Amino acid sequence: MDATGIGLWGVPLAILGGAIRVSTPFIFVSIGEAITERSGRINLGLEGTLVFGAMTAYAVAVKSGSPWLGLISAAFAGLCFGLFHGWICKFPKVNDIAIGIALMLFGSGLAFFFGKPFIQPSAPDLPAIPFGAWSDIPQVRAALDVNVLFLIGAALAVFLWWAFRNTRAGLIVRVVGDSSDAARAMGLNPNTVRLVTTGVGGALAGIGGAYLSLYYPGSWTERISSGQGLMAVALVIFARWNPLGCFAAALLFGGAGALGPALQSVGVTQGYYLFYAAPYILTLIIMIATSSPSRTLAGAPGELSIIK
Amino acid sequence: MADTIAGAGAPATFGAKGYPAALEWVARRAEALVIPLAALVVGMALFSLFIALVGKSPVQLYETMWRGGFGSWFSVQNSLSRAAPLLLAALCVALPARLGLVVIGGEGAIVLGGVAAAAAGTALNGAPSFIVILVMGVAGMAAGGIWIGAVGALRHYRAVNETISSLLMAYIAIALMNQLVEGPLRDPASLNKPSTQPLADIYRIGNMPGMEVHWGLAVGVLACVLSWVLIEKTRWGFAARIAGGNVRAAQVQGLAVGSLIVAFTGLAGAFAGLAGMLEVAAVQGSANASLAAGYGYTGILVAFLARHNPLAIIPVAFLLGGIDASGGLIQRRMDLPDATVLVLQGMLFIVILFSETFYGRFKAFNPDLWQRNG
Repeated sequence: MDATGIGLWGVPLAILGGAIRVSTPFIFVSIGEAITERSGRINLGLEGTLVFGAMTAYAVAVKSGSPWLGLISAAFAGLCFGLFHGWICKFPKVNDIAIGIALMLFGSGLAFFFGKPFIQPSAPDLPAIPFGAWSDIPQVRAALDVNVLFLIGAALAVFLWWAFRNTRAGLIVRVVGDSSDAARAMGLNPNTVRLVTTGVGGALAGIGGAYLSLYYPGSWTERISSGQGLMAVALVIFARWNPLGCFAAALLFGGAGALGPALQSVGVTQGYYLFYAAPYILTLIIMIATSSPSRTLAGAPGELSIIK
Repeated sequence: MADTIAGAGAPATFGAKGYPAALEWVARRAEALVIPLAALVVGMALFSLFIALVGKSPVQLYETMWRGGFGSWFSVQNSLSRAAPLLLAALCVALPARLGLVVIGGEGAIVLGGVAAAAAGTALNGAPSFIVILVMGVAGMAAGGIWIGAVGALRHYRAVNETISSLLMAYIAIALMNQLVEGPLRDPASLNKPSTQPLADIYRIGNMPGMEVHWGLAVGVLACVLSWVLIEKTRWGFAARIAGGNVRAAQVQGLAVGSLIVAFTGLAGAFAGLAGMLEVAAVQGSANASLAAGYGYTGILVAFLARHNPLAIIPVAFLLGGIDASGGLIQRRMDLPDATVLVLQGMLFIVILFSETFYGRFKAFNPDLWQRNG
């Protein structure tokens, strides 16, 4: 077999590899958002958290030399953003969607503000596991270089899917999400639960951001996210608030995101920008296909403002 | 006899609680002015704290901001030029908001409006200038109107969340613009920055007499005034406000909520598209990546600050246009990143949204709760 010229087979291979690479931030953001939304809040600000997390991880990794320290810092920064959203939304008449939009702008602004000096230097990458080491074909090796965060994300999705059904904490989150009144009758404070879930959601989005700047694309620029956080929020609705669904949908989106670069790698440059828009178009089509004006979405938390 | 006359006249000069009616009138309206202004002051104070924390002088910052945005006739003109697209971009948020929709993708309508206007201008090259400018305006408004009108239609007929769909469509619009500007509409002479064919000078929109501010400002102010009349003084606006308050109640009353939503979002998008057309015809001279300059996003903040009142949008757009205009000076004089303005905008946005919680909390603004001593 010709090891270098695999021709058009490079396209599906690049899409597969790209799906794994591109999907990881989607997995973390969408799982985080699923936790938040299950408790009845929506945090549109995860886009800003993702960007700020990417900047924080990169800056800390550059200064300390440790990508893991960067990752932890990004998670902590995300936690702070999430807790802030959770805290401010407990006040009456404060709209969670609008606050999310504000945090989207604020998080990005803050990231650009502090990130300016870090556009040039290069940071150490997060490690990947070479599952493709058995092959001689460079494209196969490239496609099967799987980052540890992808595996952690997959494990997290399975764990949360189990935990929502089988643990006390999972049940509490679901009760609060379905009915604040029922939760209060059980002696739970919905605001406290939502504070925690929004905080956890923010921390996971921060990790997604760390992946962006420390692995793929692997550098800090102001255009690093361009709406991925927002698409992840839309993806949660498509996944019906199910963590396993989030994982599968993230892979699908990753594949769509990899379409442009994959075609470019085999010399298709026509319509590059339109392929670049593929994930946005796919998200929109999926939203249109899965929404309905006449019935409530199956599995939707009853307290969620976005579906009321 | 005199007593009865005074008694009959009482409702006109005294309110239900016996206070002068004028005082009650002022008190009821003061809330909508005092709370946003207080929020603005608090937001700026928090920003001062932020600037102090990064080791710069807040006093110098606000001084620079004043000089760059408002301090001289030159800077005021600069601010007004930036306010022009903000007025229209803010209407793109405020009009749907009156129907209870949060549309945040005005940037997409601006971009496509600009491209459509540039394409129309190029296609009609040679025709009389007033026709070309008119057609460019119509093309820009149509492109923006269809784009955001589709968001409204999806919302009503398919229950697709308009906040997310509008932002996704903004990204799609920018990709579409890049594709068109780099491909079929590209001027071969534009090497470093792909652009459409430059408009001939006679098709450019000039400045208003006596100032260095293009006519777009007048168009934007007119659009705000007309929108206010539409919402407050017409039956369509009345119907929209009912639908915004309670969709079910509006439907029970027999209002065509679907048509209202599509019409209002379409009009909102048309205004944003017009902003794009003005950017092309008055500022850039051609459509290129500069169309996605963030006016759509700043417009969201303007609309929320103005609490979706089209008349209030006018001063707020001037204020934020000024803050925007001073960004360059802040960057040069104080060695701060250009994102400083974004941080300030984000802080103001959060504080403004937080201030919503204070409406109706203060007795001073609610004469119904006033009590006479003793």
